[in-house]
Amino acid sequence: MLDFFMGHYAYWFTMILLSVGLYGMLLKKNLVKKTIGLSIFQAGVILFFVSVAMKEGATVPVKADGLPVSEVANYMNALPHTLMLTAIVVGVATLGVAYALLIKIYNRYGTLNEEELLDKIQ
Amino acid sequence: MELTYVPLYAVLVSLAAVPFILLSSKKPNLREFWTILAGVIKFLLVLTLLPSALQGNVIELELLEIAPNIPLVLKADTFGVFFALIASGLWIFTSFYSIGYMRGHKEKKQTRYFASFAVCLSSTIGIAFSGNLLTFIIFYEMLTLATYPLVIHSESKKAIAAGRKYLSYTLTAGLLLIAAAGITYSLTGTLEFRPGGIFGDTNLTSTMAVTIFLLFLGGVGVKAGIMPLHSWLPSAMAAPTPVSSLLHAVAVVKSGVFGVIRVVGFIFGPDVMAQFGLNDILMVLAGFTIIVASLLAFAQDNLKRRLAYSTVGHLSYIVLGVALLTETGLVGSIMHISFHATMKITLFFCAGAIMVNLHKKNISDLNGIAKVMPWTMAAFTIGSMGLAGIPPVNGFVSKWYLAAGALEGGMLVPVIIFVVSGLLNVGYFFPIIHRAYFKKGGPELEGHTEASPFMVVPLFGTAVLSILFGLNPDLFFNFFDMASSVASTIFNSI
Amino acid sequence: MIGSEIPALIPVTYVLFAILIPLIGLWKREIVWHLSLLGTGITSFLSAWGFLHLINTGETIRYYFGGWTPPIGIEFVYDGLAAFIVLVINTIAFLVLIHSKEISKLEFPGKKMPYYTITMLMMLGFNGMVLTGDLFNLYVFLEISSLSSYALIAIGEKRAPYASFRYLIIGTVGGSLYLLGVGFLYTVTGTLNIIDMHAMLPQVIGHSSVVAALILMVIGVGVKAALFPLHGWLPDSYTFASSSSSALIAPIGTKVAAYILFRVLLFLFGVDLIDDQLPVTTIIGIFAGIGILYGSIMAIAQSEMKKMLAYSSVSQIGYIIMGISLANPFGFIGAVLHVLNHALMKALLFLVSGSLRSKEGHSLITKFNNSYRKKYPWTMAAFTTAAISMVGLPPLAGFFSKWYLALGTIENSNWILLAVILISSLLNAVYFFRILEKVYLNDPEEESTEDTEIIENNEVGFTMMFPMAVMALGLLVVGIFNAYIVNIIFTMFPAGF
Repeated sequence: MLDFFMGHYAYWFTMILLSVGLYGMLLKKNLVKKTIGLSIFQAGVILFFVSVAMKEGATVPVKADGLPVSEVANYMNALPHTLMLTAIVVGVATLGVAYALLIKIYNRYGTLNEEELLDKIQ
Repeated sequence: MELTYVPLYAVLVSLAAVPFILLSSKKPNLREFWTILAGVIKFLLVLTLLPSALQGNVIELELLEIAPNIPLVLKADTFGVFFALIASGLWIFTSFYSIGYMRGHKEKKQTRYFASFAVCLSSTIGIAFSGNLLTFIIFYEMLTLATYPLVIHSESKKAIAAGRKYLSYTLTAGLLLIAAAGITYSLTGTLEFRPGGIFGDTNLTSTMAVTIFLLFLGGVGVKAGIMPLHSWLPSAMAAPTPVSSLLHAVAVVKSGVFGVIRVVGFIFGPDVMAQFGLNDILMVLAGFTIIVASLLAFAQDNLKRRLAYSTVGHLSYIVLGVALLTETGLVGSIMHISFHATMKITLFFCAGAIMVNLHKKNISDLNGIAKVMPWTMAAFTIGSMGLAGIPPVNGFVSKWYLAAGALEGGMLVPVIIFVVSGLLNVGYFFPIIHRAYFKKGGPELEGHTEASPFMVVPLFGTAVLSILFGLNPDLFFNFFDMASSVASTIFNSI
Repeated sequence: MIGSEIPALIPVTYVLFAILIPLIGLWKREIVWHLSLLGTGITSFLSAWGFLHLINTGETIRYYFGGWTPPIGIEFVYDGLAAFIVLVINTIAFLVLIHSKEISKLEFPGKKMPYYTITMLMMLGFNGMVLTGDLFNLYVFLEISSLSSYALIAIGEKRAPYASFRYLIIGTVGGSLYLLGVGFLYTVTGTLNIIDMHAMLPQVIGHSSVVAALILMVIGVGVKAALFPLHGWLPDSYTFASSSSSALIAPIGTKVAAYILFRVLLFLFGVDLIDDQLPVTTIIGIFAGIGILYGSIMAIAQSEMKKMLAYSSVSQIGYIIMGISLANPFGFIGAVLHVLNHALMKALLFLVSGSLRSKEGHSLITKFNNSYRKKYPWTMAAFTTAAISMVGLPPLAGFFSKWYLALGTIENSNWILLAVILISSLLNAVYFFRILEKVYLNDPEEESTEDTEIIENNEVGFTMMFPMAVMALGLLVVGIFNAYIVNIIFTMFPAGF
């Protein structure tokens, strides 16, 4: 049982991050906090990708002395990491758009608290 | 003459008239000229198909593939020509009558009225010439839509409510028909109307057969006014009388019974019907409708509503005749399509003429009007006699065949239903005639004379036709021959 | 031969115009509209050309970026389905942008340059999503299109930014879930290329990661496609966005997301594998069915035309997804045809609401009256056409997609979904005829004003009328000649049909 938990700790870690993110988005009233939740959620996904590409005892895919290229097991798969660079960029862009929207909302309604906002909209 | 494209022209001619009607909305005479021109051309086109139809030839025109393996087909078989002939022929009468009625009544939006009417006729002819079920559905739905503006014509609260009711009934019906067609297609791989049915080789279970049949019945039964799907028809009497005359006594409701016959004779076929006892369902519903509608007709004081209930009853005559599954019964049914049309249109014309001329809608106000409107009431009497099945009017002929068909099938109950309902017909029509002829009219009748000739000539014309067809059912158009040939193709197809 | 370059040329054109429009817009503000038309015009032309080329040759074009062959490089797959969807969305975008000339003057006068720039970026994203053959690349394009549509939605009424923010939160979660699903698949297959992965999946199908991936991807894309119950963002976004934005996003955005479902369910997993571990199609079908009814019922309850159309979109998307979930040829045909039909109908209806807003300043159904018939005869005729098609009456286009969908449900003996299709047609009739009654008939409660008051014809201008007329005619043409389109759809079938 413990082995199962320990063996999959990266997955559990991802799950916890995703849950924290979802909690922030669903239950926090402040829109900025929602945005933070969103970031955590995305970070969870990104870390998941990074963790699955991790290999015990392997090194970066740059040819090193004493490690022949033919022994693939000595090198990590770099593709998920590079993909996550793009995903991080996407995340940043999303945050940018989100904050731009928040500024608009604040300018129009003078608040970023969801309950107050809904009151003012009605 | 090459006849291949004639069915298409016959469908399109009134559609082609629509732009002309719309463009000449400021000139009523020109506008009505287009209507009548289209009507006459349409009738002549259908008439050219008559000789070949009498020989039993089928003119088939495949227009385009509307869905894979399902082409849009116009097929002028004997039955289609038969129905098209009635609809287009009576349209001419109705067009003249409409002119008198609409102008006499000073109705608004006459352009919309005439344009919608033309579309309705195109759809009706389309229904008549549909070669397969999908084509049929397309025209059937077009008819639904085109009739809607006519039902709500007066735009009164009542008319709009009637329009909603009409749409909710007919649209539902259309959907059931689509479902039925879909299931049929997935079972048989075709939707063609084939004499004797297309289910022949299919392994049908009893539940499946009954389900499909009920879906079909829901689809065509609404327009055919089979109870309990009839109640839109009395409400739709809010429409102007010419609409009630042609559409609610001929085109729309007869499209419904036409559909019933197509479904029974050309989709299921008599054998499948009998095998699963589907005709019993039809017979019970139709018998029930005949009696109940006749009884309900008694309760109506509004003349048009009484006629509407009478229509509901008579449509079920036709359906019952089909359900007998005997050749003679089917001949009676098919003839009743045309003969009921001439009689009922006469009665509706009369009701409209009375309404325009004397502004009377209720039967209780009709005392003594025969003195003022002798021609109209004479026609009314002929029509009523026909519907009650009294010779020499044509209603007698079709009823005779219906009853003979029932006896041929060894069924007594339908005969009793026909007789009882004939008596009920007498019961609800003759008080009207009695009032008109033998009761003293009120002072408000003074100064009124017969209605405008635009109305009287058509209504008397259809009454005379009723008698002529009663004396010789094969007169002019060989209705009897056509009916027998349709019935024999269905029953002797295997 | 330029034909084989088309998959790359279409997105490149959008990139080019996304750069050109702000540059030239700074110098000459008034021609950004023309530039955007030029951009979408070129891509529409290219996609039409490519589509015809594809039909004639029957060869799927696989374009390898930078010459790197998959699975190492990224490829664009220009097969029949992709070519069809690309053609639909670019043409619709072209027509809607023609219409946007007047709307942009009224609804966002100072923001034309950003509006058209973002439009180009959004179309880049959508086209990329359709064309790409790589799951991660798809995620990137998904986010490009999503971020642009958040911005587009925010250009609208006062409440638009908040609606857009909510969409952003939900949409990004959807996107992330999709990405997570891709991650799971990558761990077991080691590839991101759709065709490659499709070949490998049979070996790993029993793996729990694959099941998890499928669920995550369906949920993620379902958010974007507004599949019930993930549709919460849609009604407000469409309602408060500017009329031209909703006319762009409603017909295109959800369709492209539905297209991703096509790809994932029917092409990536395929008919044989999709239900291997879980009855995925059945579950999706149930949600689609509920969504169809829910959307229609909510649409009836709305008094604002755009909101009504938004809920109607939820319902119509349900049709497409239901067609996919049937996983049989008829369902597929119905779904693909409905992508086209619904894009035409919804774009047309949103354009009508936009035209009414530009003339009347509102699109509240309760305030509609029968003077509209005289004031906007052609707009109303276009509306009527779209409405009848939505109800699904022949011979308009809407009937035929319903016909094929109905055949699909019958083929699966799924009577409940058949009933759903039929009932929803009736519900559609309720909310459309309600408007038609108001527009075409006198209000019996009020005295007829028609005779006393002369109502002048106040029809919208050419730039608004032209796209509406094209779409209305398109509905008729697609309806009558649907067999030709269906015969082409036959060539798009995924393996296994």
